[in-house]
Amino acid sequence: MKHLNEDELVLHYYGERQDPEVERHLAACEDCRAHLKSLTRVLDAMSALEAPEPHETYGSRVWHHIAPQLTQSPARWWTGWFAPRRLVAAAAMAALLVAAFLAGRVSQRRQIAGLSAPVRERILLVAVGDHLERSQMILAELVNNESKGPVDISDEQQRAEDLVGENRLYRQAALKSGDRAVSSVLDELERVLLEIAHSPSKLNSAEFDEIRRRIESEGILFKIRVVSTNLRGREMPAGSGKAGRTL
Amino acid sequence: MEQSDATAVAQVRAGNPDAYRVLVERHSHSVFRLAFRMTGNEQDAEDLVQETFLRAYRQIGKFDGRASFSTWLYRIAANCSLDLIRARKRRQEHQTPVNEDGEEVGAALPAADPTPDRLAFSGELKQLLAPALQGLSPMERTAFVLRHYEGMCIEEIGRALGVNAGAAKHSVFRAVQKLRRTLEPALSSARS
Repeated sequence: MKHLNEDELVLHYYGERQDPEVERHLAACEDCRAHLKSLTRVLDAMSALEAPEPHETYGSRVWHHIAPQLTQSPARWWTGWFAPRRLVAAAAMAALLVAAFLAGRVSQRRQIAGLSAPVRERILLVAVGDHLERSQMILAELVNNESKGPVDISDEQQRAEDLVGENRLYRQAALKSGDRAVSSVLDELERVLLEIAHSPSKLNSAEFDEIRRRIESEGILFKIRVVSTNLRGREMPAGSGKAGRTL
Repeated sequence: MEQSDATAVAQVRAGNPDAYRVLVERHSHSVFRLAFRMTGNEQDAEDLVQETFLRAYRQIGKFDGRASFSTWLYRIAANCSLDLIRARKRRQEHQTPVNEDGEEVGAALPAADPTPDRLAFSGELKQLLAPALQGLSPMERTAFVLRHYEGMCIEEIGRALGVNAGAAKHSVFRAVQKLRRTLEPALSSARS
């Protein structure tokens, strides 16, 4: 039998080629044994590359994160967002949430070191408002782009990628403060931003139409506008000047 | 009694999204490990896990049960990872020279020349492994991760990647070849 080539040795290493002929050859051929030994050393070394082991509750955490997005049956995942009843419900929920979140949370201006929890939450809302506005701009630019030929979205992608990190932080903060609905909107936004960030930079018209369709069918622009409007309306507490905005 | 994957899938398909929880909790860890090895980044891996389960939920009507649920899920996770890696490559292409496989020139090389002194420590040696893996092309990396870390056979890898077994095998071979080229000098130094 001729010498074993590397591909045969790889299959042998992984147990995908159990051939008595190969075993006999390896037993008799010093060159091939040395070759296998060298290959084994590299592949065994690769086994030392460990992945971090998530906490035992990780699966549960993943579930709680995605569960709010699984309310529709799988087959109808991308449809139904434009149903008037759903839009009204989403708007009402967002308005109620923001109102509840902000109600009674206005305090007098204090020094940074002495910020109370309500003020910190309010500042967070202002930051979320800015974040939503910037996100909205990207989505609106894409939806309103009327180019017919190939479209370069590398600029929007870069901005979307930058926003993903912020979005994650705001979503986690909203979750911590118990605002599941706001965190849910941010969750949806995050998926859209990720999709934009992970798309090819240059899209043909069909691919670009698909991106626009996804943005529109999620109704995410509508939800962002509802939340942003409410935030802006409550940004300036009565009689307290520019509290929060200056920080 | 523990619910089987097939039973949970059937319930989800029948319109019970809560049944999906069993599948998410059962497979999150393994999908995370796959995603981490593909991306080399914990945060990206967590994002990919969520994206994988969301995509799987949306596509569960297409799951025909011929492969196991975990193989089917790995296919989705691998595709999500490939999308992410390719998108990154595209953005880096105008800044970093790439070869015909779409991989960065020199990416498979360790950050610094390994010397026997440095490699006397196994921790130092371990530091060469992740860059070596990240230096593979996306397809090679996926095939290698599925073969080496997840223990999938070549046939399964082909099914997971949507390619024939020959192409899957070739990707594994090329991955091993590149890893050897990168790591063997360092391993030899460490032994001497």
